[in-house]
Amino acid sequence: MSNDAAITCAEAVDKLWQYLDGAVSTEDHERIDAHLSFCRSCCGEVEFARELQRFLRDADRYELPEDVRARLEGFVEEL
Amino acid sequence: MSEPLGMQPIAIEDETREAFQKLAKEQLPALYSLARRLVGDGAEDLVQEALVRAYRAFGGLNDERAAGAWLKSILVNVFRDALRRKARSVDEVPVEDLEDFSLYRRLIEADPFPYSDSLHLDFLRSFDAEDVRAVLLALPEIYRAPLVLHHMDGFSTKEIARLLDVPIGTVLARLHRGRKRFERELWSYAERTELLLRKAQGS
Repeated sequence: MSNDAAITCAEAVDKLWQYLDGAVSTEDHERIDAHLSFCRSCCGEVEFARELQRFLRDADRYELPEDVRARLEGFVEEL
Repeated sequence: MSEPLGMQPIAIEDETREAFQKLAKEQLPALYSLARRLVGDGAEDLVQEALVRAYRAFGGLNDERAAGAWLKSILVNVFRDALRRKARSVDEVPVEDLEDFSLYRRLIEADPFPYSDSLHLDFLRSFDAEDVRAVLLALPEIYRAPLVLHHMDGFSTKEIARLLDVPIGTVLARLHRGRKRFERELWSYAERTELLLRKAQGS
């Protein structure tokens, strides 16, 4: 593995979400893995990116207020 | 003609209508939630428009188990069409100094929870559903939509590209920008609304 394939922290952080989504090239994935193996700060960033993705995913429970439900159901009835 | 005129077609229509109404009512919570994330206060109108369109297209649904995803797709289509009808000036928002902002680093620098072992988690936990919605609604629609669709409603980037009728590269770019703006907006919102102060006092 050549050294000029190494990436900077900025580059790694920039691609984190795609990395977590499995949406980076194999090359980039390997580079980021390599970077994370020695960079504590970026490990922290990855962990936070995971938390943030989880946060988004779980953030908004399905809520349908009663008055809205009544109106929308009424609307459906009229179709 | 031996059959009473119009009897059979109406019976089929009634069954179809009832089937649609049942499915629609079951999916209302999911549809309304998605609509709220996409457009905030215009959610009811968006759902209604989507239902009308869906009803007309109901013959196109082959598998009732897919009804949820199908209805959501139609809702996104209605949303996309409404976006297009708006001022054509909705282009990509110029890149600000977003590229350098890291919420992770900002939290470490600001250290809003000095006694906490889990600073970043505590920060996120300060946001309730209403707060998150407010943060999302502060994002321009072109960034909010892919973010919501991909990370909250589980649509793939390919599906989003098809639904919003944009190239997949555009979806990926907007997801990328959207996430940065989202991070920045989380922090701005917390500062602006004194979120952390409120939570400390309230709870």
